[in-house]
Amino acid sequence: MELLSPADWAKQQVKSVQDYTIVAARSISSLFSPPHYFGDTTQQADLIGFGSLPIVVLTGFFTGGALAQNSADTLKRFGSLTLIGQLVSLGMVRELGPVITGLMAAGRNASGMASELGSMVVTEQIDAMRALGTDPMKKLVTPRVVSTVFMLFFLTIISDFFGVAGGGIVSAFLFGVDWHQYWSTAWQILVFQDVFLGLAKPVLFGFIIATIGCYYGISARGGTQGVGRATTQAMVTSSILIIMVDFFVTRLTMTLFGQ
Amino acid sequence: MAGPPVFAGEQKPAVRPSPTITLEFAQVSIGFEEKQLLEGVSFRLHHGETKAIFGVAGSGKSTILKMALGLLKPDSGKIFVLGEEITGLEEDELFELRRRVGIVFQESALFDSLTVRENVAFRLLEEGQLSDAEIEERVREALSFVELEHTVDMYPSELSGGMRRRVAIARTIITHPEVLLYDSPTGGLDPVTSNTIIELLVKQRDVYQTSSLLVTHRLQDAFTMGTHYFDRAANQMRPLPAGARVGVPMSFAILRDGCIIFDGNLKSLRETGDAYIREYIS
Repeated sequence: MELLSPADWAKQQVKSVQDYTIVAARSISSLFSPPHYFGDTTQQADLIGFGSLPIVVLTGFFTGGALAQNSADTLKRFGSLTLIGQLVSLGMVRELGPVITGLMAAGRNASGMASELGSMVVTEQIDAMRALGTDPMKKLVTPRVVSTVFMLFFLTIISDFFGVAGGGIVSAFLFGVDWHQYWSTAWQILVFQDVFLGLAKPVLFGFIIATIGCYYGISARGGTQGVGRATTQAMVTSSILIIMVDFFVTRLTMTLFGQ
Repeated sequence: MAGPPVFAGEQKPAVRPSPTITLEFAQVSIGFEEKQLLEGVSFRLHHGETKAIFGVAGSGKSTILKMALGLLKPDSGKIFVLGEEITGLEEDELFELRRRVGIVFQESALFDSLTVRENVAFRLLEEGQLSDAEIEERVREALSFVELEHTVDMYPSELSGGMRRRVAIARTIITHPEVLLYDSPTGGLDPVTSNTIIELLVKQRDVYQTSSLLVTHRLQDAFTMGTHYFDRAANQMRPLPAGARVGVPMSFAILRDGCIIFDGNLKSLRETGDAYIREYIS
């Protein structure tokens, strides 16, 4: 592998950020000019949304269950086991639901987009599309961004629900917490900023997943090896960005709405 | 048709293209990652003419085609397509022009998730101006030209290399473009299949008088095109008598070290004294 000077490396990184920004901006601007690809958007929503449903349900359920198990011992020590519903509910809705769903969707969809678009690049299908008078940004990128943002929002709600349900089942069967009490405390603890924070995150995460996946896909070079590299980079970068953005959005919301 | 031969160092300066010139490169240069690929390339493609560009692998033949379609921008120089300078056009402005220019890619570049019907009809479906019945008729017509009507519901992965190349030709000609660009259409194919493809190119040239730019490293393909015509009555390609070959609208250009070192007709190519060209065509 060729060694780059620090200046060249820095230039390359700046150029990558610039190229990504252009892809992200064009994915949004394409929404405001025809043609619009409703069919492609629906198809992507089906692939991304319904395709991700099983993993989101399973990871949400077991994350809620694990959260309940870990919290139960500590709460018992203080005689506050009845608060377990609140803890699981807050943890899932504010933090774990969006992040786990985002990471699962990144693993499944960002890598999928990068490999699909990357394969199209190396087999000249993207060039063919341009040559046939179709803008790949409008036909391929925008439908993926719109459908990922839209579906991740609902997937997160489903994940939250199954997470709280998982926590409820663990609490009721392993720790003897009353099922109705669990659900009423889990529901009552939630206030506007919790729900706002929990539903704002998937919108941002969905945008990150789709734009990063598409960016690495259409930037793929170097045949099948390049496609493989793009797939890995898309998954790693989108996962890191999800965790980073999660931190900053949480901090921002806390500053705006208080603790 | 194809003007007098032009040798390296004699390339003419850029002038405004006349209506009979469908494609013109004027002192075009392009490089990638500090490596200069093409340097001051100039040539003209006249209406109804087929120009074959030869060159070794990596000499920039495919890059010429991509620049002619605006898929790549040159670093310097001007490119005129159908009388319009395209070098300064934005991607959106190029879409209208690309309706009038078709390209057949080296590896066909068919959309592998679409059927042959959807691939061939891609442009018409995107434009959305024709009814389903009209699109179906046009698809059948294009596939019948390449004699692949029976593959309409198949996927590209179910086709052989030669069939994929023919479907790519059908996809390109469905909108009857005024200029056709062929990127090594016979590359990697067996001699029989290559001959079928060349016959289709000759058919397109002689039946529709479409201007074409053919890049290839297979000399025999271009020579076949220069020495044959398409007999519509017999629906097959036939050799021309030696005396009638002058009238074939066919010219040849040779790329070397990023420059065009020869541009002329078959006769001048055979008579050239340039040692490199003589070795190349021998």
